[in-house]
Amino acid sequence: MAFTNKEILGYLPQQPPFRFIDEILKIDDEMIEASYTFKQDESFYEGHFPGNPITPGVILLETMAQTGVVAFGIYLASLVMTIEEMDQYLTVFTDAEVDFSGIVRPGETVTVRAKKKFYRRYKLKVDVELVKENDEIACSGIISGMGVKQT
Amino acid sequence: MTKEDVFSKVLDILGKYSKSEISADNISMETSILDDLKINSARLVDIVLDFEDAFDIEVDDDDADSVITVGDGVNLILSKI
Repeated sequence: MAFTNKEILGYLPQQPPFRFIDEILKIDDEMIEASYTFKQDESFYEGHFPGNPITPGVILLETMAQTGVVAFGIYLASLVMTIEEMDQYLTVFTDAEVDFSGIVRPGETVTVRAKKKFYRRYKLKVDVELVKENDEIACSGIISGMGVKQT
Repeated sequence: MTKEDVFSKVLDILGKYSKSEISADNISMETSILDDLKINSARLVDIVLDFEDAFDIEVDDDDADSVITVGDGVNLILSKI
């Protein structure tokens, strides 16, 4: 039974202060689009960098992954599995190849768009980009995640 | 397509994912894809999908699970083409 956007967000395991998805804007079995607004007081800005806060690239990558493989993966799994089956799996990040091309400051809203390359054997690989409000691409690449059985 | 052709194409595919040097000189049919080539297990999905595209075959999940060594991959492909 396909999850609704609300159900996907409710099921997403990442929680504050490590949650980088506010709203799912579009989703179907080929693509997802979601947004996140970086808060002025995210903990990492204090150190990255003192007096010059810039969202770390690793956080932009995590933001792309939470939408592109975790939320999207939850949706795709919900099409083929029961909740009881889904509860046995946790989505982990498996591989990525990314380029960073823009800077994201505190308070900015970004949109993550991901397109499915394949979803096989609980592994989801997507083409993904993270776009700023002015349509500038800040980060893009190919990333994958895989559902692994929790023991 | 001969076994040697398949072996050589398989090495090309594995080369995309391995952190170690891959050549016909240091790889045999017994070489383990995960242990010897240090390829992460999630990459096996990519590799099997590349087999499907490169050889125009379909590999079901049970067959994919049986691929441990380079030879397992070569023999699986040979059984499908």
